[in-house]
Amino acid sequence: MVQLESLQAAKESGNYDDVIDQIPYAKLLGVVMREDSEGQPIFELPFSDHNIGNVHLPALHGGAIGGFLENAALLHLVWARESNDVPRTIDFSLDFLRSGKAQSLYARCDITKQGKRVANVRMTAWQEDERKPIAVARAHFLLS
Amino acid sequence: MQNLPLPVLNPALFNDVARWFCQIPHSATMGLEFVNGERSRATLRLPYNTALVGNPRTGVLNGGVMTSLIDTTSALAVFSMLEEREAIATLDLRIDYLRGATPGQPVYCTAECYRLGRQIAFTRATAYQEGNDQPIAHGVATFMRESSQAQLGSKQGA
Repeated sequence: MVQLESLQAAKESGNYDDVIDQIPYAKLLGVVMREDSEGQPIFELPFSDHNIGNVHLPALHGGAIGGFLENAALLHLVWARESNDVPRTIDFSLDFLRSGKAQSLYARCDITKQGKRVANVRMTAWQEDERKPIAVARAHFLLS
Repeated sequence: MQNLPLPVLNPALFNDVARWFCQIPHSATMGLEFVNGERSRATLRLPYNTALVGNPRTGVLNGGVMTSLIDTTSALAVFSMLEEREAIATLDLRIDYLRGATPGQPVYCTAECYRLGRQIAFTRATAYQEGNDQPIAHGVATFMRESSQAQLGSKQGA
């Protein structure tokens, strides 16, 4: 899925756009990946009209939030493992805690457990305040 | 009852919400299409689109696309059982990915609202493709009813 050369180049430059470009749906959503001050990946979904679910509120589409988090977890795994293998989602469980406003959405992931075949990843999404997540999710990925 | 289908409870409401669900920006971006509705059930179709691919080498759709499809179809299944317009919000959604979607073919999703409580609605959904009995994904979700006072549907002013 992701070419190792572009991942290594991204790690050196801090610009992950070429990596995102290799995942069409992540590109369509507009996912942005960078590293925080501690060198950990942080993901952003800049606000865009095409990610709106409820035009009256307006609110982000729940599916777009889920798609964003799942792609964040995939990218986090690719980043952490530096492997050409394509992690495949086995299951994905998403809890919506607050409605997503028409603003940028941020996410961080945590690899809870990485085994030989399966990884468990937790995801947290927030907007204004990281301590007030709007959604949390966990997923299992098949690594080989 | 599951074998003896009834029409949706309020066809005017259901049709309006179904149309609206396919027009909302994120659904329109994906190209969601309404297929069918009956009491407690709804079916939507997602035509194949290379912009929704997760892995360009295989052409298999991204899992996040399935999340959107299942979330939207499940919400619509809840509306097939409602008498009056109300806002609902997804509380949680769990998806099991059973196989990769075959590239080039549309994906259908049928959702069933198997329990409509006073406050919470429970749904289960299956995503599948024509000509293959093995589903692509299963999803279960819960929805909070009357989640907000916000207006819902296409007929009311923004």
